[in-house]
Amino acid sequence: MSTKTPPQSRPLSPFMLGQYYRFQWSSLLSIIHRVTGVGLTLGSVLVALWLIALAGGPSWYTPVAGLLHSWFVQLLLAAWTWALMYHLCNGIRHLFWDIGRGFELKTARASGYVMVASSFILTVLVWAVACVA
Amino acid sequence: MAKTSEDLRSPLSRARGLGSAKDGVHHFWVQRVSALALIPLALWFAFSIAMLATGPADYFSVRHWVSAPSVAVVLVLFLGTALYHSVLGLQEVIVDYTGGSMRLTLLLLSKLLHAVVAAAAIFAVLKIALA
Repeated sequence: MSTKTPPQSRPLSPFMLGQYYRFQWSSLLSIIHRVTGVGLTLGSVLVALWLIALAGGPSWYTPVAGLLHSWFVQLLLAAWTWALMYHLCNGIRHLFWDIGRGFELKTARASGYVMVASSFILTVLVWAVACVA
Repeated sequence: MAKTSEDLRSPLSRARGLGSAKDGVHHFWVQRVSALALIPLALWFAFSIAMLATGPADYFSVRHWVSAPSVAVVLVLFLGTALYHSVLGLQEVIVDYTGGSMRLTLLLLSKLLHAVVAAAAIFAVLKIALA
């Protein structure tokens, strides 16, 4: 039998950064994928609250409708759209990796740049088309 | 091997229990399948929210939008798929960064919250659409 290390004394991933890993473009994009993912989970709670208020009737929804036009919520919506587009674009990048494509360092770096640019372009596009339509 | 009073199972029975549960790739696979489904659903939802936020977002117009059968159905599909994808993703994050009883607590809490949010959001859409 091998000697067992108590699970609490083993280093867990966030502590690997800085100490053991040097900064990399691809790992930064991977971390942002997680951060946007957790952020979108929190966003889904707000979406649920919005729908519950809508189902609750005008007395529930009117204060929410007022909030929707505040600069704070508009900014939050813009950030939410970007987070969703980033997670979507990087998710597609991950799906290509899952089928074994685009793993070469040069390709992975290039697809990272394309993905980040696409996330911003899509965010602007969604809001621009919505404004015009 | 001598049988002890604590274990009356046959050696074959014990060996069978030690094998893989055969669902090792399930989490990986459903996370990818839900991701694929979310590509059109999330694009549609982001665009819809932007349309609502830039247009008249009063009670009656938003309710009118949700109550259209095509919107209600796609909205329920989006909410279900997004929250399923979310619970799988959060599970991965929790497992990566925590251990011990903290891990179990957060996993249970995450699953509970996702179930509540999904049920409440889908119920809200159905209540509006079927009113």
